[in-house]
Amino acid sequence: MMDKYTKWQIAGIYACLAVFLTFILLPFFEMFMASLRPLEHLFRSPYQFWSDDFSFQAYSDMWVTVPLLGRYIFNSIFIAFSVTFLTMIFVVPAAYAFARLKFPFKNATLGVFLGVNMFTGAVLLIPLYRVLRTLGLLNTYWAMIVPGVAFLIPTGIWLLRSYLEKIPVELEEAAFVDGASRMYTLRRVVLPLAVPGLIVVGVAVFIGAYAQQFLFAITFNQTRELQPLPAGLYEFIGYQSVTWNEMMAAALVGVLPVMVIFLFLQKYLVAGLTAGAVKE
Amino acid sequence: MIELTNQQALAEGARRKTLPVGLFAWLLVAPAMIFILVIVAWPLAETIRLSFMEADLGGETYVGTQNYQDLLESRKFHQTITRTFYWMFISVALKLVLGLVGATLLNAAVPGRGLFRVLVMPPWVIPIAIGCIGWLWLYNGYFGVLSGMAQRLGITDGPFEFLAYKSSAFYSAVVTDVWVGVPMVTLFFLAAMQGVSRDLYEAAWVDGAGRWYRFRRITIPQIMPVIISMSLLSAIFTFNSFEIIWILTEGGPRGATTTLIVDTYKTAIGNYKFGEGSARAVIIVVLLGAFSLAYLAFLNRINRKFGTK
Repeated sequence: MMDKYTKWQIAGIYACLAVFLTFILLPFFEMFMASLRPLEHLFRSPYQFWSDDFSFQAYSDMWVTVPLLGRYIFNSIFIAFSVTFLTMIFVVPAAYAFARLKFPFKNATLGVFLGVNMFTGAVLLIPLYRVLRTLGLLNTYWAMIVPGVAFLIPTGIWLLRSYLEKIPVELEEAAFVDGASRMYTLRRVVLPLAVPGLIVVGVAVFIGAYAQQFLFAITFNQTRELQPLPAGLYEFIGYQSVTWNEMMAAALVGVLPVMVIFLFLQKYLVAGLTAGAVKE
Repeated sequence: MIELTNQQALAEGARRKTLPVGLFAWLLVAPAMIFILVIVAWPLAETIRLSFMEADLGGETYVGTQNYQDLLESRKFHQTITRTFYWMFISVALKLVLGLVGATLLNAAVPGRGLFRVLVMPPWVIPIAIGCIGWLWLYNGYFGVLSGMAQRLGITDGPFEFLAYKSSAFYSAVVTDVWVGVPMVTLFFLAAMQGVSRDLYEAAWVDGAGRWYRFRRITIPQIMPVIISMSLLSAIFTFNSFEIIWILTEGGPRGATTTLIVDTYKTAIGNYKFGEGSARAVIIVVLLGAFSLAYLAFLNRINRKFGTK
């Protein structure tokens, strides 16, 4: 058969995969090893890869060193979920309009949205700070949610639009001919059919929101209780000492919930990318 | 809102005069548009205005194009621009090549590939800042495994601090940036490869085409649209990549990793020179806009020449 490999080819593929995955997973492995090392071993020279007194002590100590750690983990996920939810509310109607309807300035409008992709928060921080202050949102959850939503709307529209274009238009026409209003058609005909696409776009938006909260958090939020995990981790850098092992343990534990969620969603994600982003 | 039953709603829709399609479409687009205008366009306009000001915590005075003139004359700024483009090209090239290799490997029909596909995702899924903390540790001379192993193997005499020297710091940052970007590129390429029709491969196979030939003549051309869109997307991400450099080196040592975005942040937020920072921000927007337009124009020409869609 065409897909049949010789023994050597299979060995070669596995060898290359091993190198590739080592590169991808090395930092996680290193963080895990670091979390096991007692602090006084860190500056030991010469370097020792393995030592006998590895312990999981850091995994219980970290909750004491940074009492708000649990809150930070929650904040991260809460902010990412809120961003995803709000983004989808803006994205769904707009993506539908771009996918299906003809309207004046359609291409120009789409261009504006895509243009936003060229900015990141870092370019607009100063005026964004002022806008958020004017709106009275500084030092609230909103200070981290609102900019996140704005920068993810274009990506969401882009992904969902190409997904919606693949849904057969006949169903909508049928509903429309039967006298359903446009809004009704959108809610009751298009949306149910688009559920897989909505999940995919939602997951992609969530990843964006979860991965990029650091900058907005350190710039727009001074309230300790509201900080997301990446910003909260810096509390392990204390006045007297840096408890590196606890910091690494906290980082690993902190991302665990989301990693587990993705384990279940990964099929959707890969399948959805195929459907949404590949063929125009 | 009252939930109508199906039939009521259908009847309702028939009775009512439906909205003109253009108006309806604009009603759908308007919320997203207004949001973007307030959170992105308004700050952008502010940035442009501020770039003509001498502005700090104390206040603003109009200085005309002084900020831009200073930048144009500054050799340091020219170096920063060159460095940024170098950073972008080298990092994007590596992401594309590694992504292509990775996707090909993950697409190979070997046992366990489902698991491997999952294992590629973590760098993409976790907060960038957290991944960077891991790399910070890896690059450490005293307790990082890289320096540690190098010492063990006798490659270096003592601890080697990857982030302490100009060129090693730069390339270390590139590696981390590639690490953050590769999973997404890989998965998009993989998805594209799975979308290629098997018939094409089988036809070529029947005709006796080898693997490499099939890869070059079928896979690559078929996934070209995705390669093109991913390269533009990666280029923009990489150009704007801030957190990675900031966490690893804060732009140092001696400016070796200062890209435009880091320079902008340092000027505006670090030194409170809002005017000068804004001028830099405007230059970033102009450069990226010009780059994207040039890239798209280039693509259009290729498309027309080869008549592919």
